[in-house]
Amino acid sequence: MRVLLRSARPYGEEPVDVALENGVIAAMAAPGTLPAGDLDVDATGLVLLPGLVDLHTHLREPGREDAETIETGTRAAALGGFTAVHAMANTQPVADTAGVVEMVWRRGVEAGHCDVHPVGAVTVGLAGEHLAELGAMADSAARVRVFSDDGICVSDPVIMRRALEYVKAFDGVIAQHAQEPRLTQGAQMNEGALSGVLGLAGWPAVAEEAIIARDVLLAAHVGSRVHICHLSTAGSVDIVRYAKSRGIDVTAEVTPHHLILTEDLAGTYDPVYKVNPPLRTETDVMAVREGLADGTIDAVATDHAPHAHEDKDCEWAAGAFGMLGLETALSVVVDTMVSHGRLDWRGVADRMSERPARIGRLADQGRPIAVGEPASLVLVDPGASWTVDPGRLASRSRNTPFAGRALPARVVATFLRGRPTVLDGVIA
Amino acid sequence: MRHLLSTSDLTRDEALLILDTAAELGRVTDRAVKKLPTLRGRTVVNLFFEDSTRTRISFEAAAKRLSADVITFSAKGSSVSKGESLKDTALTLEAMGADAVVVRHHASGAPYRLAHSGWVGCSVVNAGDGTHEHPTQALLDAFTLREHLRELEGRRVVIVGDVLHSRVARSNVALLSTLGAQVTLVAPPTLLPVGVDTWPCAVSYDLDAALEGADAVMMLRVQNERMNAAYFPSTHEYSRRYGLDTRRAALLADGAIVLHPGPMNRGMEISADVADGPRSVIVEQVTNGVSVRMAVLYLVLGARAEDSAGEASAAEAVSA
Ligand SMILES: [Zn+2]
Repeated sequence: MRVLLRSARPYGEEPVDVALENGVIAAMAAPGTLPAGDLDVDATGLVLLPGLVDLHTHLREPGREDAETIETGTRAAALGGFTAVHAMANTQPVADTAGVVEMVWRRGVEAGHCDVHPVGAVTVGLAGEHLAELGAMADSAARVRVFSDDGICVSDPVIMRRALEYVKAFDGVIAQHAQEPRLTQGAQMNEGALSGVLGLAGWPAVAEEAIIARDVLLAAHVGSRVHICHLSTAGSVDIVRYAKSRGIDVTAEVTPHHLILTEDLAGTYDPVYKVNPPLRTETDVMAVREGLADGTIDAVATDHAPHAHEDKDCEWAAGAFGMLGLETALSVVVDTMVSHGRLDWRGVADRMSERPARIGRLADQGRPIAVGEPASLVLVDPGASWTVDPGRLASRSRNTPFAGRALPARVVATFLRGRPTVLDGVIA
Repeated sequence: MRHLLSTSDLTRDEALLILDTAAELGRVTDRAVKKLPTLRGRTVVNLFFEDSTRTRISFEAAAKRLSADVITFSAKGSSVSKGESLKDTALTLEAMGADAVVVRHHASGAPYRLAHSGWVGCSVVNAGDGTHEHPTQALLDAFTLREHLRELEGRRVVIVGDVLHSRVARSNVALLSTLGAQVTLVAPPTLLPVGVDTWPCAVSYDLDAALEGADAVMMLRVQNERMNAAYFPSTHEYSRRYGLDTRRAALLADGAIVLHPGPMNRGMEISADVADGPRSVIVEQVTNGVSVRMAVLYLVLGARAEDSAGEASAAEAVSA
């Protein structure tokens, strides 16, 4: 099938016609100069970006198919403009063997909405005690390169050191959920003046920052690379900036919700705002935006965390941690970064596609928009505005913190190796 | 007043209205007739997810003296203890026609959630939520302080102990400062929440200095288990630095009073001779608790009355 995108603006720049054929970008030329395709898309005014890559997605399958499945989660991903997601390992059973990661990978291929790259657990059962068979997962059909106990911190410094060393053999990376467990026992929200007033146990910034500081030093010591999941505090940005200035091979991600929401929402005691790491202060929000703008933070990653209704329709302490993110991520980035001039569309492509693809070692994602490159692309209407309706999201769960909120920019179409996965804003 | 969730929601006038109403209701029930017809036909549900005999009994007595129908769900021996969710329990209560639900819950914010989630339409009274607030305790403390000190404006009240885990301290700081008192919190730094410097009170680590000339001191219960989590080294050291004994009580102003929300750890935060001594108003606090809870129930339910009586005052209700 040959697809013609008429008058698309790559990276928001000058309009061109873009022809997609045989999975690659077959031609790019001045508007009106390329022959029609089997499918013609009028992309006038739309921004063309490389397909987005999420380093941090909870698809919940296997184990919690009531909250999300690989089918529903990847539909949500495609609608959000993603052509690849990294499926976190904290499923039931845990993705800590070649068997489980291959199953997840295959289900992703079958669903066909975007590439699904399983993340392998660092330790058996996420228990933090014994290394999982990282090599077997790397060598499996799923070709795992990102390993994480996400949800739980690899807190034992010796296990972390060994994991960092071990994955060097296959160019893997450890993605750390940075949370010192003893400092966050029973933690419910960001620790500060507000947690004291609300009587909710605090999750102090230092519990994140102390682990990041330790892990960048460990990565430097053993000559490996480390990736920091969902960095959320101003202090964490400083530490990563310092580590990068010292040449340490560290990368970091921030979630859309940490770019836009603050801890004040805990005052509603509505667990839809309960997330781990917690929403932080305005100062932290401004610092992570700054860090994302200057490249200290490499990527926006959704930490898309679907939860069944009953796990959120309860009192705060009983509520599960996590928020939906795939279908709102790009809009939040436009709202917080593009609209305010902190990032241009090249910057969005870099932080939401190119760098996350590099961190995950995905050879055919996050590529330049150029002839001969893979035709995994997204068309965005930058001027659109839409109101988030939880009932109309593709995710099986409804726990978006943006219900009723108007957000800018809308994904119009997504292409995975030349094949439309989303057209006119709906699953193709 | 639709709900009572937090003392920080109360204006000075609202707080004074509750205290004045409590005084009025207290005077009536001092007389031979202990029961008023005010809430006849109304149903008050006590929903106790956490065991608290004294608060539960106090609310029961308050509701019964106003002739309300009272249903009590306690943690022990009900579906509550078998893990039924707050929401499901609330829906059951709604179906039973509850006009007000008095809720004690181990999760901070549970009463707020109950009042704002749309699960139920009735009034919600917070009877203590996690480490958040215990507004009726603060109101009965303020009531007791007022009886002894008359005016709270400018009075110095010292609150001592495990502020970090204390809903009583949070509610008292907000309420007493609204009423014009000068509150000083005294605790080891480990038992003060981060950000306590933003609260409307002073903070000190020096109990002797804080007690000097104070008009009242409120001792908070300190659980022995805190020692195991390294909040302080030993019960002995705790009581030496932060316990109230006769020597320290003598530092207070003349006529000053000693309060404790109970249950007490005698010998830990308060010595037996002070607890039973002349300055102690601990027994009065219990009595006043019933009056204050009557006032709260009357006001939250009275405010919702849609009959022609409308805004009947407590006095009118009493004389009816
Ligand atoms: Zn995580």
